Formats: sequence, C-alpha cells, structure tokens
Amino acid sequence: MTTPSQALRFHPLRDSATMLRRNLKRMVRYPSMTVTLIAMPVVFLLLFVYVLGGTLGAGLGGSGGRAEYANYVAPAIILMTVTATIQGTAISIAMDMAEGIIARFRTMHIARVSVLTGHVLGSMVQAAISLTVVTAVALLVGFRPTAGLGGWLAVAGFLAAVTFALVWLAVALGQVSKSVETASNLPMPLVLLPFLGSGFVPTDSMPTALRWFAEYQPFTPIIETLRALLMSKPLGPNAWIALTWCALIALGGYLWSKRLYARETTT
Amino acid sequence: MTTHSRPAIAATGLRKSFGDHVVLDGIDLTVPQGTVFSLLGANGAGKTTTVKILSTLIGPDAGDVRVAGHDVVREADAVRAAIGVTGQFSAVDNLLTGRDNLRLMADLHHLTRADGKRRATGLLDQFDLADAADKPVSTYSGGMRRRLDLAMTLVGSPRVIFLDEPTTGLDPRSRRDMWQIVRDLVAGGVTIFLTTQYLEEADELADRIAVLDKGRIVAEGTAEELKRRIPGGHVRLRFADTDGLDAAQRVLGQASRENDTLALRVPSDGSLRSLKTLISLLDDRAIEVDELSVHTPDLDDVFLALTDTRKVAAQ
Repeated sequence: MTTPSQALRFHPLRDSATMLRRNLKRMVRYPSMTVTLIAMPVVFLLLFVYVLGGTLGAGLGGSGGRAEYANYVAPAIILMTVTATIQGTAISIAMDMAEGIIARFRTMHIARVSVLTGHVLGSMVQAAISLTVVTAVALLVGFRPTAGLGGWLAVAGFLAAVTFALVWLAVALGQVSKSVETASNLPMPLVLLPFLGSGFVPTDSMPTALRWFAEYQPFTPIIETLRALLMSKPLGPNAWIALTWCALIALGGYLWSKRLYARETTT
Repeated sequence: MTTHSRPAIAATGLRKSFGDHVVLDGIDLTVPQGTVFSLLGANGAGKTTTVKILSTLIGPDAGDVRVAGHDVVREADAVRAAIGVTGQFSAVDNLLTGRDNLRLMADLHHLTRADGKRRATGLLDQFDLADAADKPVSTYSGGMRRRLDLAMTLVGSPRVIFLDEPTTGLDPRSRRDMWQIVRDLVAGGVTIFLTTQYLEEADELADRIAVLDKGRIVAEGTAEELKRRIPGGHVRLRFADTDGLDAAQRVLGQASRENDTLALRVPSDGSLRSLKTLISLLDDRAIEVDELSVHTPDLDDVFLALTDTRKVAAQ
C-alpha cells in the first residue's frame, strides 16, 4: 500500500465547481440550445391552451373551459420543461464524448465524477432558467395557481428533486449514445410520458389498459404532486410515491452513469 | 530519490487485444528521461493503443508498464499527475475560447486565479495564439487547434508528454512550428513520447526510434543505427553523353546503368575515402562527369524494408 501524498489528493468539490463553470460558459456561448429547450414546452403550452383548451376544458366537467384547462395543463408543461432540459443534457454529454475533451479529462489527475457532476449542476441551472420562463408564459396565458410562498418553495424543491433524478438518467443516456443524434432521440420517451399519464387529460377518460399504465407510471404521481402544490390541494400519497420514484431514478441513473464513465473506450 | 536514473517510461511484455484482434503482441520499451522517443508505424500498427495504455486510458492485458516510476494500473492516479497527453483528435472545447480552455486546465490543476491567468496568457503568447485568444475555438485553423491542444497539455507542467501523431493533417509550416515547440520542451528537461507516420519527423526529433509493425517492435535504435541496417547507399554520376557513360562503366564495373538519364549508380557507403577513390579512378582516365550526388538510405527505406518485405523486393 502506498500512502497518497499531498499532491495526489482529490478535490471533487473544487473540480465539480470548475466543470460547472465550464458548462455555464458553454451555455452562454451556445444560446440557441437554451432557446430551443425553452421553445418546445412554450409551443406545447400555447397549442394546448389556445387550440385544444376550449374543448378539453369543457371535458374536465367544470364550467371553466379554456381557463380551467390552463390550470390543468400547466403542471404537465412544467414537467415537460424538465424533460426538454434533460434532452439538452444528453446532447451535451454526447458532444463531449464525441470530441476528444473527455479523453483529456480521463488522463488528468482530477476527481473523475466531477466531469459528470459538472453536467448535472449545469443542467440544474439550465432547468431553473427554463422553468422560470415557462412558468411566466403560463401565467401570461391564464394559469392561475393558488399556492402561497410556502407552496411555491415546495414546488421549487420538488422540481429540483425531479430534475436531479432525470438529469442523472440523461447523463447515462448521453453516454450510451454513439452519436449526438442518438442522444437527442433517446430521451424522447421521457418527453412523451406526460401524455401517457394525467398530464393533459384525466386518466379515467382513457381505455383500460392505457389507464392502468398511466396510473402506475412515475410521471403521473409527479404531475399530481405538482398540481396539488400549485393549486393548494391536499397531496395525498402522491408526494411520497413521486419522491420514491425520484430517488430510484436518481440512484439508477447515477450508478449507470458512473459505470459507463469508468468503462474503457475501445476505439 | 533515484529520480534521474529511473527511465521515464518502461514497459516489458506489453500485450493488448480487442476481442480476437491482437493489437500489441509483447512490446518492450525504455525511454530515458529528457529524451524524445518516437514510435513509428503505419495506420493500425498499434501506435495509438500503446499511447492509450501508457496514458492510463485503457489497461494492458499483460505486461509491466511504468510511467514516471509508477505502475499504470495500480498507481494510475500518480501517473496521471505526472503526464500530459495530446492526442490525434484535438481535445479542446470548441464552444469555449482559447483562453477559456487554458483557464479551465489551470483550474483543474488547482492553480490560483492569478497564476492561472498568468499561465494562460504566457502560453497564448508562446504558442502564437494571443490574437485569437478570445475567439471561440470552433473558428481556429487546424494548426492553431493543435497548438492550443498542446498548450493545454502544458498547463500542468507535465514531466512526460505523449504526442500522438501531433502533426497529422498539418501544413508544412505548422508542422515545422510544432517541431520547434517539441525541441524547446525537450531542452527544458521534459520526456516526449511521440508517435508518427512521418519518418522525416522521427528523424528530425527523436533520440531513439522504434518501428512498430503488426503489434511488434521490429527495430529500435537511433535514426543512424536504423539507416545503417539497410543497404542502399550509392553515388549517382551523370554524364554529358553515352561515350562518357560507356567509358565510366568500363572502369567502374559493378554499377547499374540508367540509359535514358545517362547516369550510373555506384554502390557506396558515402565515406570520404570511397569518394576519393571513385573520383581519382575517373580523373585518371579523364572521364568527364557532369554531376555527382551521394545518396544514403533514408528512414523511408528503413521503414519499408522492415515493415513490408514484398514492397522492397519489388523496387
């Protein structure tokens, strides 16, 4: 056994902060990515509220129509903002892998995980920006949440947990992708999952098999928790189910990512 | 500490396969500190795999490999702290500027802000990148990118530097700039492990050269030693007319004749004595020679002779 000398000690926090700075700089230098990531949920929001909102709102059973539907769909759009962001995470990880820079990091004496944590933290910042913009647009088109300050803080904390979990999954997806194109396609199912849940219409309007899937897939309790927090309704068991899903996805994504990063490159 | 007697790189019995494909089939290497060692080989000979193993990117299947005195498998972290790698494909962040890239390296080497700033500026000047320092790397030319790549490698002041085909795809001028940079580094005591497919490059820079072919080292030595192993030195004499050519051939006997260019190739080791003998032979008989040139085998001859016997036989 050799005792690690002073010079060989790792600095994971410092290295992660450095990598975070790198990712934030990349974000600033490549603003079209951020714009695209924000545009997608905004377009869906406008589409669902103005084109489909009147009819779908009537189907909710209340009397609110379009205004009521705006309140119903906003949490799903907010979640969609997170999934769009992680699509960006997978793309930028795949870009790193395709360029030689990761090989350079691998031959340097730095805390290995910092390359990945830099991306995770950078994506969290990106998500925070996107979520702020999308929520602001939702408020402009008629979203009227009833949450007070405490409720909003809970929403922020909950979204941070959801983003953290999904970003780790995206870090793994970005690494398994052989190309940047694959990396942008792989997270697609995650973007579609809110549709196959309670995001856009209540699940009891769906055929039996689909309803069964919709009720048990992770995004439904996540959306229901968001909805309850934003509209000051009772949480029920959904919050715990959602947080358990987040913990599982985060752990799975982290372990998978770490394993992928440690593997040898054969090319 | 026995730092100075210890070789910078020492490998014995290094083997690596990818599936059924044997890439390195038992390689021994020793590179003394402060020297340039060049691994020469065609595409697919195993050069890059060797660099990847020596720089801890992949593990060997067998063999004892030590870099800067540390085992590349068991003490990979210590190896990483001592080395710098500039690969075939530039390892730079295209979205960042040249200065950002250097500052990133400085931060990862835990330099203080002031030191990092100073180091970045110094390297930008040294590598002639000061004018483009604050432009995104995506706008750089191939030569600039390669220089930045090497500058990034130098931020941490590595003791052993791996350069994997550092001039592939560069124009002749950028290539010469790169050579000068390498010479300056060696003058500063750094050990360089260089892979190249350009024999001229190995001849220019390397103290010792190893020729890698199909996963084995088929020759190793200085450029001179390698050249001496190969026959092919000759003196070429050109004449004004066939009379001169005929007369010379009668005198010199075993020479090969090139009728269309009115020239003779006389086998020779190129030494002054053999030239003197040759010249007096011609002079005694008053044979006029238009032009005389001495040809020693170059590394191309060596490379072809060692790596592909068919090609040499066909020549």
